[in-house]
Amino acid sequence: MNAINLFRTIALFLALMLGATPAAQAQVADAELTVLVDALAPGNFKDREAAIGTLAATGDQRAVPVLEVLLEGELYVDEASGKVVMTAEPGGKGAITDPVTGAELPALTTAGLDKVKVNNGLRRVLRTAIGQMTLLSPDADVRLLAAQSILRDADPAQSKLLDSAIAAETDAAIRRVMEQARAAIVLRSPDAALADWQAAVPVVQAIGGRDAINALTTALNTAPAEVKPLIETALQGLSRDRAVWDVAQNIWFGISLGSVLLLAAIGLAITFGVMGVINMAHGEMVMLGAYTTFVVQEVIRQNAPGLFDWSLAIALPLAFAVTALVGVAIERGIIRFLYGRPLETLLATWGLSLIIQQAVQRIFTANIREVGNPTWMSGSFDLGGLAITWNRFYIVIFAMMVFVALLLVLKYTAIGLHMRAVTQNRRMASAMGIRTPLVDAMTFGLGSGIAGLAGVALSQIGNVSPNLGQGYIIDSFMVVVFGGVGNLWGTLVGALTLGVANKFIEPYFGAVLGKIIILVLIILFIQRRPRGLFALKGRSIEA
Amino acid sequence: MITQALFRALDKKAIWIVAILLAVAIAVPLSNLMLPDGHPLRLPNYAVPLFGKYLTFAMLALALDLVWGYCGILSLGHGAFFAIGGYAMGMYLMRQIGTRGVYANPVLPDFMVFLNWKELPWYWYGMDNFWIAMLMVVLVPGLLAFVFGFLAFRSRVTGVYLSIITQAMTYALLLAFFRNDMGFGGNNGLTDFKDILGQSISAPTTRAALFAASAIALALAVLACSMIVNSKLGKVMVAVRDAESRTRFLGYRVEYVKLFAFVVSAVIAGIAGALYVPQVGIINPSEFDPANSIEVVIWTAVGGRGTIVGPIIGGILVNVGKSYFTGAFPEYWLFALGALFVVVTLFMPKGIVGLIGQYRRATTKREQHDRTASAEAEAGIEPTNQPKPAE
Repeated sequence: MNAINLFRTIALFLALMLGATPAAQAQVADAELTVLVDALAPGNFKDREAAIGTLAATGDQRAVPVLEVLLEGELYVDEASGKVVMTAEPGGKGAITDPVTGAELPALTTAGLDKVKVNNGLRRVLRTAIGQMTLLSPDADVRLLAAQSILRDADPAQSKLLDSAIAAETDAAIRRVMEQARAAIVLRSPDAALADWQAAVPVVQAIGGRDAINALTTALNTAPAEVKPLIETALQGLSRDRAVWDVAQNIWFGISLGSVLLLAAIGLAITFGVMGVINMAHGEMVMLGAYTTFVVQEVIRQNAPGLFDWSLAIALPLAFAVTALVGVAIERGIIRFLYGRPLETLLATWGLSLIIQQAVQRIFTANIREVGNPTWMSGSFDLGGLAITWNRFYIVIFAMMVFVALLLVLKYTAIGLHMRAVTQNRRMASAMGIRTPLVDAMTFGLGSGIAGLAGVALSQIGNVSPNLGQGYIIDSFMVVVFGGVGNLWGTLVGALTLGVANKFIEPYFGAVLGKIIILVLIILFIQRRPRGLFALKGRSIEA
Repeated sequence: MITQALFRALDKKAIWIVAILLAVAIAVPLSNLMLPDGHPLRLPNYAVPLFGKYLTFAMLALALDLVWGYCGILSLGHGAFFAIGGYAMGMYLMRQIGTRGVYANPVLPDFMVFLNWKELPWYWYGMDNFWIAMLMVVLVPGLLAFVFGFLAFRSRVTGVYLSIITQAMTYALLLAFFRNDMGFGGNNGLTDFKDILGQSISAPTTRAALFAASAIALALAVLACSMIVNSKLGKVMVAVRDAESRTRFLGYRVEYVKLFAFVVSAVIAGIAGALYVPQVGIINPSEFDPANSIEVVIWTAVGGRGTIVGPIIGGILVNVGKSYFTGAFPEYWLFALGALFVVVTLFMPKGIVGLIGQYRRATTKREQHDRTASAEAEAGIEPTNQPKPAE
């Protein structure tokens, strides 16, 4: 047994030293791999170290999870048969599975399991082995992940392995990450050669972001005196970049918030513009749109899970239809009786908003509902120093699309023409044969429908609850009041200005105080321009 | 001149309201304190502060009626003035706790000790003096209303725009008072009061006294409002409500008229808030919630705006209804409230008082065909009371 172990140890060291694992797809038969995995359990730590080496030397990717589980101390051995197994839950509980095939082993019981023990020395060997297997994996994605993980940890023990991996790497992008990882490791090793230090600093600087700043700041203490000025310049450059990216990030967050506000406010703006009516139930239309999305997703989950990525595409027209119908019903049922009494309309729609909220709460309960993101909307991508989440990105795009669509409707369709006419002068439009009651109903339906679309979008960035709309209603009013009515551009400028201003004030004063400042600024702004940024002019306005 | 104004103010209806309120101010404490337990006419202890609360709400509704019903300014932020008055009273009550707080700090209220503050913020100085606190109850809401109103009315912010920015005002204050570093107890507000003017705040005699104070304050507010609306200024207010531009062209300074109504109304709301706090025992930022302010509007609308008695009836009725509903069918209260908004605006724009007037007019019409005009005068509903959009 000792002879075999010796041989294995030598094999391991050879493999590590030379980076000799073939980069070609290495796969051994299940039975053979099982023997190697089972060899992890018996003997002392030294035997185990040798067994790990042999297993790693196969280069079989199926060994990686086994080693990772062993690293966590969650690999078990069945005392009776000596078979090494994994369990579904940590702590040796749950279903017992074969580590190689993944098949369940119902014959074994958790009571008969014993933990395969690891110590610190073994953990180091394991990390190296896993790093080696993944860094040299034939799969480029696995290599990239491994390189990124080493870059994060910057463990000097991985340095030699990294060198051999860089030598073998053919993909330029992955090699860059590996080189960055090696440079990060150099910064952590005070006794590295001066030339290495000098080479490492610019590479780390190129990583950019807070990670690079942190790595360089810690290195500043341990670096040789000659390198220190170099690091300081690098740090200055980095913090300058950081400041620029911070501004860019604030602008992005501001645009993102602004587009949400735009979606929520634009429907409000057109109903207010055309009818002079403030619809306090507008927020509830947004909420209904969000619940429509929720219902659509529930139906899809239960009946056709494959369609989940299409759920939003299905929810959009439905949400528009539902809320537009509710909107027309409100206009026909209540608002048309309150013409010329805008304050009463405000009160009646507020009452409606209470009723709708309570009704939704009765149907769907007051619990917060989570609406899932389709796969194409989850995750994020990097744009320079910005991490942009896909859902925010798509919402900005969506808001702009809605805006442009609305602009086109107003400009090029008959109903749009009528709406503009009624906005400018209701009596004259009526005298010209435009059926103003019909226009009112259509406008209200359109405004509510857009609120429904906003609800679909909002369900993607937050939870859905019966008082979802309340959170947006005051902000939407502010946008409309700030931007002025009867002009969609006013709403656009108002929403984006408020969004960006909010995000720029927030870092200095905090979210709450920032909001208060914005509200006070708007109240002051209204004193200067009582009818908003883009006010309609003319006699008809002072009606 | 004052007596003359007072005499004019004391028309038949105002006298009735004041008389009833004064009678209630005496009867309720007497029934609670003098009658033995179990007596059928004895008001139970819990009911006294509850009824007192209704009276302060009625006063708030009356304050709103002065600006909305008579001057056409729909304020969606009157809850803010109420809450500020309440906070001023709360600060006084907080200082009266003294060493009886959890941390037994003689000067700092508990929440400040908890936040590790070392000394009292400047705006808390003097609030341990009852009269200074009462001055603040009147002054702070009045000043806020003055500044806000001056800016808004001068630049002719009207109609829905004004409603929206008053709502923004109370929303901003809501957010501000939620902050711990404002020095008003943050989320929890001010509570755990012990004494008012040296009397235990939970003693039945104190509560009865607070009730009586609320009733008398409401009676005084009725007198003041009735004096204002029956004066020449009151007629101009109604003119502003019905045709703002015309009034301006006639040479009146519309913005000052509005500002006067707004400030007086805010002060009345502040006093109502100050009376509300000791009776419910707490004031917290949720009083600034825009939803609360809108609810006040519906009290006024239910009772009948543009009348003195309307908001008082509305404030009391809606709140009694609310107490009953939230106890008996909690999940239906918001339905009922929402329906109330819709029904009142659609079917009874003049509220309960308007309905009574309609009914009386109808009956008198049937009885005396030829004397309709005088009957109308008797019902007290003048045609000009009907609010119309400014032209």
